Amino acid sequence: MTSVSMTASAAEKRPTLGAAARLERLRAALPAGGLLPVLKALAQRLVPWIVPLALIALWQVAASLGWLSTRVLPAPSEVVKAAWALTLSGELWTHVKVSAWRALSGLAIGGGLGLALGLLTGSVKFFETLLDSTLQMVRNIPALALIPLVILWFGIDEMAKLFLIAISVFFPLYINTFHGIRNVDPGLIEMGRSYGLTRWQLYREVILPGAMSSILVGLRFALGLMWVILIVAETISAQAGIGYLTMNAREFLQTDVVLVGILLYALLGKLADVFARLLERYWLRWHPGYQSAA
Amino acid sequence: MTLNDTKKDTAAQPRGVALSLRGLSKHYGPRQVLHNAGLTIAPGEFVAIVGRSGCGKSTLLRLVAGLEAASQGSIQLDGQEVNGLQDGTRVMFQDSRLLPWRRVIDNVALGLPPGSHAAAAGVLAQVGLADRQGDWPARLSGGQRQRVSLARALVHSPRLLLLDEPLGALDALTRIEMHQLIERLWQRSGFTALLVTHDVQEAVALADRVILIEDGQIALDERIPLARPRQRSDPLFGLIEKRILDRVLQQPSQETPANEPVWPPTPAHGLRWAI
Repeated sequence: MTSVSMTASAAEKRPTLGAAARLERLRAALPAGGLLPVLKALAQRLVPWIVPLALIALWQVAASLGWLSTRVLPAPSEVVKAAWALTLSGELWTHVKVSAWRALSGLAIGGGLGLALGLLTGSVKFFETLLDSTLQMVRNIPALALIPLVILWFGIDEMAKLFLIAISVFFPLYINTFHGIRNVDPGLIEMGRSYGLTRWQLYREVILPGAMSSILVGLRFALGLMWVILIVAETISAQAGIGYLTMNAREFLQTDVVLVGILLYALLGKLADVFARLLERYWLRWHPGYQSAA
Repeated sequence: MTLNDTKKDTAAQPRGVALSLRGLSKHYGPRQVLHNAGLTIAPGEFVAIVGRSGCGKSTLLRLVAGLEAASQGSIQLDGQEVNGLQDGTRVMFQDSRLLPWRRVIDNVALGLPPGSHAAAAGVLAQVGLADRQGDWPARLSGGQRQRVSLARALVHSPRLLLLDEPLGALDALTRIEMHQLIERLWQRSGFTALLVTHDVQEAVALADRVILIEDGQIALDERIPLARPRQRSDPLFGLIEKRILDRVLQQPSQETPANEPVWPPTPAHGLRWAI
């Protein structure tokens, strides 16, 4: 074993390599078996895209041949054109910015509160007794059922939308943070105490990282809800935002713009999910389930 | 040779702490786990506590560690009565209890002031894991995790090391390696060691004194006169192990009533062997 590795390192140190040796090295760098496996892997990557691409092609053909009325479904090319026109005029960016700002500030307020209260009730028994049953009761009220009341309180202003989003992302984060903290291995906490960690160190080194996977699950739930509530809130009434864009287009029978709006929501939702996954990859990189084979 | 060196060191500067337990009792509700246990351990002594599961040996260790409070009695370190967690006392748990979200080196440096990585790396090297510093605990084998856990305890230079069945979940070969490692580090550092184990052979291999706990009381306190390093092949080793084991087994297990013989007198041809 040792002798083999020693000869290998000796070969690497040799300053000049013969042509044959160089070729040998090149071959070693390639995956075993030459190019065929690479192509196979590539094909495997492409296979899942066959059906969606075929559907889009079919849709395009159906629309161009006039089987589909543009009022029902415009051709994909029309949707792309509409998106492009909106991008050029700057309208698209304005609306996306307004919608994203609403969603993210709602998340920051509601999610931040959920996280803070979850940490509080999870860590301090007194606050659990004081607050948890109340919050569990309030949790059963669907956020959307509050719409009439919210309109009475805040009118149809920005405030109403922020409130709806904040209240609906609050609960997933609250509940998952609370349970995450409760499920931290008591053995680890005992170990931390016996190794002389201060209260704050114990929190930072043991409790918070232990609850992190659960908190991130809460965040992913919250992100999903955030977009749904945003769509509903923007559809009720708005002067700007993706919802405004689509509702406005509906008035003028611009189905292509409506489709652009729907696709934008999908894209933003996907982006948020990708972001949450990246956070998981980073914060849970110690977890065997999140480690890439390296 | 090394033994004599260590002895000289400990004589000059006693690292280990003298431990003395008096009238220690613990009950959980009506269930009495430990009755009036008394024990004195000299500085630097290695004492093993054996006994059947549920006899109260782990409770005794948890009381000494300060993880739980005794119902009655007192614990003294160097003649001073103590309560709760002690800075000079470290525990090695049965499950390694490494933080899975901290790399090996950070686990060892847990609870040390910032900038103690050099010390942590030094102890990791002593347990033979210098090259695994940057790994996540999930990537280690059970034996390696316990070595990290040992390093984490030793980096604090404890005066009393408590070992709560730390090798119970390891395979036989890894255990023997760990015995040698623990013995070597104990000889080098001179701390007082209290090992709880259900393995009599482990107790005889490591301890200066083996103590048997039965029904929450100390039932046997035997000095092991073997020279170190101890050879399991030594006939005297086997003799001592057998004597202690017989003494442990003398007490019928709690599942079988005491008045019935454990082995019913059935003629050999009437037996069915489940092998």
